[in-house]
Amino acid sequence: MSEAQIKDLEAQFEARIARDEKIEPKDWMPEKYRKTHIRQISQHAHSEIVGMLPEGNWITRAPSLRRKVALLAKVQDEAGHGLYLYSACETLGISREELYEQLHTGKAKYSSIFNYPTVTWADIGAIGWLVDGAAIINQVPLCNTSYGPYARAMVRVCKEESFHQRQGFEIMMKLAQGSPDQKEMAQDALNRWWWPSLMMFGPTDAESVHTEQSMKWKLKRKTNDELRQQFIDQTVPQAELIGLTVPDPDLKWNEETGHYDFGKIDWDEFWQVVKGHGPCNRERMNARVGAWERGQWVRDAAMAHAEKKQSRKTKKVG
Amino acid sequence: MSNNFLYQYILGIADNSLVLGQRLGELCGHGPNLETDIACTNISLDLLGQARSYFQYAAQLKGGDTKEDDIAFLRTEREYVNVLLVEQPNTDFAYTIGRQFLFDAFHLLFLQELQHSHDITISAIAKKAIKEVSYHYRFSSDWVKRLGDGTEESRLKMQNAINDLWTYTDELFHQTEADKAMIVEGIGVDTAKLKEAYYHALTEILKEATLDIPESKWFQKGGKNGVHTEHMGYLLNDLQYMQRTYPNLEW
Repeated sequence: MSEAQIKDLEAQFEARIARDEKIEPKDWMPEKYRKTHIRQISQHAHSEIVGMLPEGNWITRAPSLRRKVALLAKVQDEAGHGLYLYSACETLGISREELYEQLHTGKAKYSSIFNYPTVTWADIGAIGWLVDGAAIINQVPLCNTSYGPYARAMVRVCKEESFHQRQGFEIMMKLAQGSPDQKEMAQDALNRWWWPSLMMFGPTDAESVHTEQSMKWKLKRKTNDELRQQFIDQTVPQAELIGLTVPDPDLKWNEETGHYDFGKIDWDEFWQVVKGHGPCNRERMNARVGAWERGQWVRDAAMAHAEKKQSRKTKKVG
Repeated sequence: MSNNFLYQYILGIADNSLVLGQRLGELCGHGPNLETDIACTNISLDLLGQARSYFQYAAQLKGGDTKEDDIAFLRTEREYVNVLLVEQPNTDFAYTIGRQFLFDAFHLLFLQELQHSHDITISAIAKKAIKEVSYHYRFSSDWVKRLGDGTEESRLKMQNAINDLWTYTDELFHQTEADKAMIVEGIGVDTAKLKEAYYHALTEILKEATLDIPESKWFQKGGKNGVHTEHMGYLLNDLQYMQRTYPNLEW
């Protein structure tokens, strides 16, 4: 294909996106679009799968049968999200094995929030309320993103996430209204998860390298800072409602802007965790790689069995 | 309590589901691939859902302020009456599947009879559970076949698991005082009558899986009388952790 032809295709492609048309797997797309989407969708899928670990940590110790069942169902939903996101990613011409390989070797990233430990039951509430709350704000705009399979997967993901968020808030509310021990547990969890949750929206706009291109392709509709502000404005009143204190002495309602002003985020901590030095980076990776390696003989057996079955069938027919 | 035998009988069924559900819950997020991970979690969810129904009924029989969680979480180890099979650890995927298969085959036959119980609550729980357990049995027996008739390595692992777990199968048919009393009342299942069908079903699947049927005639027992393997205490440590550390609270 000549350069002029490619330019022409690119122009048509950009025009389709501008008209809010969906791009489907078999459509022509610029290589950079494909790569960017593989990066973002797989990062999202990996986050779901790694995100199962901190919450899975409390399945065996959940405080009541009702909570145990709800937590199991929630973690299972995340596995389901991982499954459709990996499938959406595979439509871009990459296999699930390759995607896992990228995760296991550290080439692909996942959301840094999951490198923090869940040390008390209240952390399960805080993750649902704050982490899923932040995820929804990041993800709702993706239901209208330009790549069809991703947009469709996100519709379902967002519905389930919003259920998880309410469930998490309900855990926190119960604790906040409970005994002094329970209330302390809830406050402690909020103290530990608040700042990492704010970091989930990524670096400030001035530092963000992908924002401009992603906005053009509707992979992003608002900037990191706008989304972060939306999260803070939405969450602070919820904390007040249940009598918990957001751990930011600079947090203050600003009449003029109609938003909360907030304190300085510790970006050194953010980059430290992103670069692999968070409290649980190594544990999370060991758990994923370990499960994959321990499962190798199982996957091999399933393949061998399927081949034997197929060849017996063929023989019968022959 | 005048219904003591009924209460004990329900615990016998409920504890099997609770303990196996707890064991499977340990695996969530650590499965050999996403699809199996989701399936094992599903089975865990079904079993815990069944356990809740039984415990709610038991709590109602016990009366007073008793709640499902009081019974599920706050007994001593000697008061749990699940069979030894279900408390066996997730040594590897072959053990997980082997344990599931040996239990599911029994569980399905058991529920098919229990649905005819004269106790309408028990009968209703059993009817709902049959649908779930039919799926569990299909899942576990399919995996026994895949692993048995897969690679050399998987065959060896599956055979080892079946050999080791076989010793816990006979206890499924032991009858406690409560079991006997409930059979007389037409509430409980006469498990002695299921034994032949059970071993027949196992044999068929194991043959198809190209696995050997263990010949050992030595069997372990004790769970139904509250005497457990050493694994049980650790399982309860996790299960009871919150309820023991923070007694009498709502969650």
